[in-house]
Amino acid sequence: MPSTRDIRRRIRSVKNTAQITKAMQMVAAAKMRKAQQAALAGRPYAQLMNQVLAEVTHHAADFTHPLLEVREVRKRAVILVSTDKGLCGSLNANLLREAGKFDRNTTVFITAGRKAAQFVARTRRQLAAEFTYKDAPMFAEARAISKFAQDMFIQGEVDHVDILYTNFISTLSQRPEVVPFLPVGEIKGVVAGVDGTGAEVELAGGTTEFQFEPSAAAVLGGLLPHYLNFKVYQILLEAKASEQSARMVAMKSATDNANQLIKDLTLEYNKMRQANITKELLEISSAAMAMG
Amino acid sequence: MDMATTLKLEIVTPDAKVFSDDVEMVTLPGVEGEMGIYPNHVPLMTQIAPGEIVARKNGQDIFLAIGDGFVEITGDHVAILSDMAIRAENIDEAKAEEARRRAEARLGEKLSDEEAAAVQAALAHSLAQLKVKRRGK
Repeated sequence: MPSTRDIRRRIRSVKNTAQITKAMQMVAAAKMRKAQQAALAGRPYAQLMNQVLAEVTHHAADFTHPLLEVREVRKRAVILVSTDKGLCGSLNANLLREAGKFDRNTTVFITAGRKAAQFVARTRRQLAAEFTYKDAPMFAEARAISKFAQDMFIQGEVDHVDILYTNFISTLSQRPEVVPFLPVGEIKGVVAGVDGTGAEVELAGGTTEFQFEPSAAAVLGGLLPHYLNFKVYQILLEAKASEQSARMVAMKSATDNANQLIKDLTLEYNKMRQANITKELLEISSAAMAMG
Repeated sequence: MDMATTLKLEIVTPDAKVFSDDVEMVTLPGVEGEMGIYPNHVPLMTQIAPGEIVARKNGQDIFLAIGDGFVEITGDHVAILSDMAIRAENIDEAKAEEARRRAEARLGEKLSDEEAAAVQAALAHSLAQLKVKRRGK
């Protein structure tokens, strides 16, 4: 039977926990907004890239490029985008369950984020490279990952590259998703769907007659790596938004639980205090009666 | 169609819209040499190399450093897409110089092809910034 002092101590400790989870919830909310803003700041770039892509694909018929080469898939790479830290609910568990579905013999992993690297090491899968990205993902970080995957593909080390990341559907809902990265199939517009809109837009071109220098094919060839780099960048931003919103929700429910616990403990404490007072009163009055 | 007298110059990078204004003329570092663009240019798309962009507005020249990229030109519009774009007044010369030195030092090491390409790109970016910053000094 705990004493009132024990309960008081517990309440204090739970209160501390609640304060911490509340703070983490606020921080995650702020970081999520930042990731969303970064994705929105990339909108003009995305729009212009879509426009240029639409024009060049319209004019570059029969275009061939090493990044477009469709080969029989003997070996594949998966760019696995996880978080660095935990405390974000079931986000990583869901993501890594999907990652586990890839054939361990024919799949190599390119990881972004510490949880992904730990997963590959723990399950003894093949690791091609380990990358990191910050809370505010930078384009250079995305470019490094994208470049690495492109090189592997062009050198024939792998015949197919997928990206597995957590898609941001809404603040309350994030889902792991596999998107094909290489070979570049149909070229679609890229826009991170961090505000709940779709991640891909249709391209429409051919309204103005453009000239190309040196040629449409050369411009498209130069543009492809940029298109892929940007795609990875948008995915990092989206994964980050997912992580922060999952953390925000997890921390909110932790805070709610702690508050409920404080309420229960306070009730118990009051009951016990009341019982003690009643007991003491009884003792005093019965002692008084015995004396009288 | 009306003859345009100014060009709307827009420069965007993956993380920001760096420049958006009406200008009288733009000079770009095209992959096949420097290009001067005036209003009513024929619609053109091409690649640009790391270097310097000069935009003239009200007779005043505005300088920017630019990385690898693409440009879409129409009669009244110049839209530039690049990994890096930075206005001259925002360039940190010491930082760019440091980046240049680091890149040059790394070129002396033994590098794989892709590493060398990455270092070359970093070098080109810092050189472009330094060129813009040191102009007229």
